[in-house]
Amino acid sequence: MMPFTLKLEKRLEYSRTAVFLVPIVSIVLALIFGALLLLLVGANPWQTYRAMVEGAIGTPAQWQEGRYFNLIETLVKATPLMLTGLSVAVAFRMRFWNIGAEGQLVMGGVAAAAVALWAPVYLPFLPESRWIYLPLIFMASMAVGAIWALIPAFLKAYLKVDEIITTLMFNYIAILFYQYLFNIAWKDPGGFGFPGTALLPEFTWLPRLSGRLHWGFILALVAAVVVWLILDRTRWGYEIRLIGESQMAGKYAGISLAASILLVMFLSGGLAGLAGMSEVAGISHRLQRGLAVGSGFTGIIVAWLAQLNPWGVLLVAFLLAALLVGGEQIQMTMGLPASVAPVLQGAILLFVLGGNLFIRYRLRLVRHAPQPVPEAAPGTEVEATEG
Amino acid sequence: MDLITSILAIAIVAGGSLVYATIGEIFTERAGILNLGVEGMMIMGAVTAFAAAFHSESAWVGVLVALLVGGGMALIHAFLTISLRADQVVSGLALTLFGTGLASFLGQRLGPEGAPLVGLIGPRFRPVALPVLSDIPLLGPMLFNQDVLIYVMYLFVPLSWYFLYKTRAGLHLRAVGESPQTADALGISVFKLRYFYTMVGGMLAGLGGAHLSLAYTPGWTENLTGGRGWIAIALVIFATWDPLRAVAGALLFGGVNAIQFRLQATGTTIPSSLLNMLPYILTVVVLIVITWFESFRKRVGAPAALGLPYMREERS
Repeated sequence: MMPFTLKLEKRLEYSRTAVFLVPIVSIVLALIFGALLLLLVGANPWQTYRAMVEGAIGTPAQWQEGRYFNLIETLVKATPLMLTGLSVAVAFRMRFWNIGAEGQLVMGGVAAAAVALWAPVYLPFLPESRWIYLPLIFMASMAVGAIWALIPAFLKAYLKVDEIITTLMFNYIAILFYQYLFNIAWKDPGGFGFPGTALLPEFTWLPRLSGRLHWGFILALVAAVVVWLILDRTRWGYEIRLIGESQMAGKYAGISLAASILLVMFLSGGLAGLAGMSEVAGISHRLQRGLAVGSGFTGIIVAWLAQLNPWGVLLVAFLLAALLVGGEQIQMTMGLPASVAPVLQGAILLFVLGGNLFIRYRLRLVRHAPQPVPEAAPGTEVEATEG
Repeated sequence: MDLITSILAIAIVAGGSLVYATIGEIFTERAGILNLGVEGMMIMGAVTAFAAAFHSESAWVGVLVALLVGGGMALIHAFLTISLRADQVVSGLALTLFGTGLASFLGQRLGPEGAPLVGLIGPRFRPVALPVLSDIPLLGPMLFNQDVLIYVMYLFVPLSWYFLYKTRAGLHLRAVGESPQTADALGISVFKLRYFYTMVGGMLAGLGGAHLSLAYTPGWTENLTGGRGWIAIALVIFATWDPLRAVAGALLFGGVNAIQFRLQATGTTIPSSLLNMLPYILTVVVLIVITWFESFRKRVGAPAALGLPYMREERS
């Protein structure tokens, strides 16, 4: 019998210190875990992390020369993560588990490519101008992403079909459909057998800001403002949070659950669709391999680490993108696997999940009835460990 | 006839990893824990099994390591969701992201002297024709010319069904997933059983991964599991939490793989990506049908307390 046991006590109010400390401690622990992993494969953790940071944001020397290449690349990678993070955050606020941002992103990208490739052919009366085409592409990708999300939403709202599995399955269906399009149906006949569509016409490209950074980045910032306004400044935003806390409470307040699910998923799918549009019309300018690279899944981490807060999403998306770009850099310069980045991402998330306990609960040592005790050992382990 | 036999033979070996992972997840979910980390545990099982087998020159060592790694990964999920009361959905997703990243990392480093594992040839389980049994017309070459992990599976499936429905321990397991309050009142340790079966699920997912890298597609390539972990989660629903029905589902998925293999060989025009969609669409359809049934026949098999944390002090 242990002399002490650890007891969990629910806090009356969420601990503000813990809200602030948990992410920081989690990142530190994840970095320590990553350092151990790097030591294990014979790399110097300090040099590696330094190379990752410099790879992600550049060095002061480069900044003085006005070269911001690395930082811009990080913003380019952050753009889709911001949009998918917002997409997931909207759905998770209502505790609607939309795991399907990946598929909604892909379908949005497909829609953008479809408009850019086929509208000039079938609607020749449309002036070939950015001012006509970009709004069209914007609306098409948002609509198609939303429709892709609405199918599981409809099944959930009216038939109570579990959304985790349906949104997940729809990812695979979307990805396979997109592969079919660029490998076979829409494959560029003049592409020398290279799998991909023809290059989209230039008037359908998102204008560039600097380097590869394009308007999609501005779009993501605007989307964050819009999502913040909707979630935190409207009655409806309050309602979906209420449903998320308790469906019964929502019911008693006279909120239609079905209508809320459909609206939330329309918004969520639309945002993910825009992420796909931003990648196709902003970066690749054609449909090819490399659209379904997991931005939708990473969006789940982004949203969760940001505690479903739109401003937090922007910050976390930037940090995770920095990890990705840093990972690519160490692959190029030090020959280390770029997958250090997803390992660190996953580890951070696992530590945060464990740490969230301290936001809602207080740990207390409870002494048992006095007994002859040789040594006061802690009862159960407290720290999250990795296996 | 030969064609059908060979397609079914491939379906069985292609479905093997799915059977293990699915039954593992059935055990976990029956205890009331939803673990979406199957893909991560499976791919970690696959990469460590191959690495261990390669270095020890024994496929069995690989199997052992995969079991341990899968169980260890599941322990993270158990600790987070049972002890620290983290959200099961997010924790499982985190495990998958972590596992796929780590597997890719290890795959590039676990070869001889820190070299990648890709392209290496290691020990593997080859098909072994069982004497007498493999001579049975039609069934013989289909069922009894397989690798040893498939033979283990033939025993494992009925045993797990028997365990779940006909033993006292199986009853306790189902009780914990149906009504943890009642189980607790009967003196069953909800805490211990949930830990235990979450880890069993992880070990079986690891074993499924090992079957991929040691038998079905021997060797290591990036993204070796190719979403099979997610299919396993869907198959649990497809099978309505019943190990025997899980086999039917796994064979169906394996069969689509096998048919596609055949069709490609004959050079037909049906694009493989469209054919590959079938199982996913089918899963959604099955899920709709099950939910529909459940709405008026009450229960199909979903554990009532699935995904809900159990806290003694907060009884509902």
